[in-house]
Amino acid sequence: MAARVRALETILTQKGLIDPAAIDVIVDTYETKVGPRNGARVVARAWSDPAYADWLRQDATAAIASLGFTGRQGEHMQAAFNTDETHNLVVCTLCSCYPWSVLGLPPVWYKAPPYRSRAVIDPRGVLEEFGLTLPKDKKVRVWDSTAELRYLVVPQRPAGTEGWSEDDLAGLVTRDSMIGTGVALEPEAA
Amino acid sequence: MNQRELPPGIDEPVFAEPWQAEAFALTVALHEKGLFSWGEWAEALSAEVKRQDASDDGHDYYEHWLAALEKLLVSKGVAPTAEVDALAAAWERAAHATPHGKPILLENDPQR
Repeated sequence: MAARVRALETILTQKGLIDPAAIDVIVDTYETKVGPRNGARVVARAWSDPAYADWLRQDATAAIASLGFTGRQGEHMQAAFNTDETHNLVVCTLCSCYPWSVLGLPPVWYKAPPYRSRAVIDPRGVLEEFGLTLPKDKKVRVWDSTAELRYLVVPQRPAGTEGWSEDDLAGLVTRDSMIGTGVALEPEAA
Repeated sequence: MNQRELPPGIDEPVFAEPWQAEAFALTVALHEKGLFSWGEWAEALSAEVKRQDASDDGHDYYEHWLAALEKLLVSKGVAPTAEVDALAAAWERAAHATPHGKPILLENDPQR
């Protein structure tokens, strides 16, 4: 594998299609700079600022970009807000489309065939495997990502966090809670 | 009901091996260069990850990624398979001919 990638890199460099230095920058960005902390800041802002939450609901791409997180593939973002009635779950049945700009690169299970096939057929069963048992009367809505449209779940704000700063709130927002395979941490668990 | 087991939800490193990071970054860079649209890429990747022999634990994800990239580059006329095969073999020979701890250079291929 390594030799084939080197071969591609050599050909592409010779043809002037890539710049090896730019490749290193991209790797560094995704290994160290982009990750779920970005999404947690978006969620914490939405919890703290109702006007921002409205903006996120109506134009997630712009609201997220306003915090400095923009996609590189020209994709649009949509925020799916969890409520007392509805829990949201994100999957990409096609391949592994994922909101990189706010969550970084997806975890292994998100890219693997069992999750991609089962999240749609049996979302409650999948959630239980993640340790999340929802009340029977709560609806589960599954969002199937595409190359053009990616989803960010906005988990419900935990009780007992009144008056918390955005930084402290962001500490309660896990990656899985923004995919929908989890919920935000309770204040005592953080 | 499909009861295929989900892989563990541990926080694994973003890339398991350096070549995966490079294959990923090449794709992002080529898209930004305009060689293909992201929709084209998603379609190519989808064809690979949906293969019947794709592993349930997802460990072969970047192998599929690389296969998708190679096929897309063939269809764009950028990197014919024979050329990639020959250069990959040259890189392998160079790696074997390079003393441990020294950077591997294509010039180290004894057949060059």
